[in-house]
Amino acid sequence: MSKVLMKGNEAFAEAAIRGGCKCYFGYPITPQNEVPEYMSHELPKAGGAFIQAESELAAVNMAYGAAASGGRVFISTSSPGLALMQEGLGFICSCEVPLVVMNVSRGGPGVGGIQPGQADYFQVTRGGYNGDARIPVFAPANIQESVDLIYECFDIAEKYRNPVVIFADGMLGQMMEPVELPEHKGILPEDKISEVKPWAITGTDNHEGRNVIYSLRLQPDVLENHVHHMFEKYAEAERELVRYKTVGLEDAEIVFVAFGTMSRICAEAIELLEEQGVKAGLIRPISLWPFPKAAFDEIGAKTKLVISTELSMGQMIEDVKMACAGRWPVGLINRTGGIVPSSREVADRALKALQEVK
Amino acid sequence: MKTIFEPTKGMLPVDTSYCPGCTHGIAHRIIMEVLEERGDLGKTIGVVPIGCSINAHHFMNIDMCESTHGRAPAIASGIRRVHPDKVIFTYQGDGDLASIGAGEIIHAAHRGEKFTTFFINNGIYGMTGGQMAPTTLIGQKATTCVDGRTVEQAGKPLRMCEIISQIDCAVFVERVMLNNPANVRKAKEVVRKALEIQDARLGFTFVEFLSSCPTNWGLTPVDSLKFIEKDMAEYYPVKNFKTPEGF
Repeated sequence: MSKVLMKGNEAFAEAAIRGGCKCYFGYPITPQNEVPEYMSHELPKAGGAFIQAESELAAVNMAYGAAASGGRVFISTSSPGLALMQEGLGFICSCEVPLVVMNVSRGGPGVGGIQPGQADYFQVTRGGYNGDARIPVFAPANIQESVDLIYECFDIAEKYRNPVVIFADGMLGQMMEPVELPEHKGILPEDKISEVKPWAITGTDNHEGRNVIYSLRLQPDVLENHVHHMFEKYAEAERELVRYKTVGLEDAEIVFVAFGTMSRICAEAIELLEEQGVKAGLIRPISLWPFPKAAFDEIGAKTKLVISTELSMGQMIEDVKMACAGRWPVGLINRTGGIVPSSREVADRALKALQEVK
Repeated sequence: MKTIFEPTKGMLPVDTSYCPGCTHGIAHRIIMEVLEERGDLGKTIGVVPIGCSINAHHFMNIDMCESTHGRAPAIASGIRRVHPDKVIFTYQGDGDLASIGAGEIIHAAHRGEKFTTFFINNGIYGMTGGQMAPTTLIGQKATTCVDGRTVEQAGKPLRMCEIISQIDCAVFVERVMLNNPANVRKAKEVVRKALEIQDARLGFTFVEFLSSCPTNWGLTPVDSLKFIEKDMAEYYPVKNFKTPEGF
């Protein structure tokens, strides 16, 4: 297959179409606007449906309706928009409905700015919804990986009957890279929905009995049992969905932990440090939840410092500290507000931090 | 022996959770009777709101889903994109539709969504225990306006049919009241017409039911029906606001 040069946001949309997306619902918010724009003209051509929703609240609920009735649904937004969707996401977890959500994140808090940020780490891994629920989160580091994850995540969402979030910072949405696009999986036809998704609300003519998708469970023991059932699925997700990449851990003095755009900058910083005679390595979590704790067991005997490297005031660092479990000191190299540090800045700060622990 | 009456198959043979004198049960029954008479029960998808009638899916014998508070019209819009040929409706109370969900109902109407909304207006929050709704009448008492609603404090009640009927792509808008058998029969025919117009895919269809809440109004069931007729209908005129040509 040949590669095409595409802007991140457009590639994300095309990946969703090729993954069999039936419906997309979106509300304008920078820096993800090319996703709804692309979907508005390309999804109908592929046999799907597009609505420009009146708000993110409406978009996530349209998504719930379409997915509860058996459609493959993809939605996208950016940080403050995701905050508006949180109630819906928790509700959808409770209702056990599959959905793929793309967050092309920006700086915050509040309206914040429109430059790339990773300060949604807590928002995507802890959720802003009420109650006990978990949402698998994948953080790609380039456009090809984004495309492959979006394409695959429909199947993950449907297997677990739960939303899945793809967390790409604004840099990935706005940049262009060559990308190889996968085959179109085809849209599940309306008359095959009940066969593939026997739980979907399609009208009682189409399946045995009566299907009801619901969240309300007023009896505490019934609700507790349901939450336990959800957490059995999440326990399986924690076993099955862990993904990460590592670089040079065995002889590294410094181990960076970074995802998305920051992981690319760390890769360059590692080269700069090598020129100065310091070996550094990288753990790149791809799944942010479940967090790849196992990667930290691969850290070699020479490591003196683990550094969480983030476009936020330090959010992932909490997971990094838990994964390190006191085995190494944990530092933080970060910028926020939409500022992306240079590889030189990261290398210099890492060197200084190493000198401090030596 | 000849059967002269049997309950609709659209309602499950269970007790409802509604209070004595509440008209939710009547609204449920006439909607389900119409669906059964049209042969639509097996191809209907309904969306229930947050409020007393979240429990409707325990009583209505069709595929249904619950909604986040106020968002049923967005949910039904999503269902319609996957199921172009099904019968789709939302069933919403006044707190759900006229307060927290005011945005979603306006925009579903504005897009001319091809589903029907059944709007139960009893002028109060029932499930949470009788708080003021956007539809509570001036002077009417509620737990958040114990001396009666005032214009100064809370403005005047929202008339949803009047608002919705201003929207071009809302093609059928009618208010009915469930205060006596004759009006219940009329309401049933309005439900039927709304679903016929949904079938024709002409645009958004909306039926408002002036309904009772004896428990939270502090009235007997009989006095509640009188309140609908005398007080509610005076502020909320019972009439057709809009019907497409040919219906």
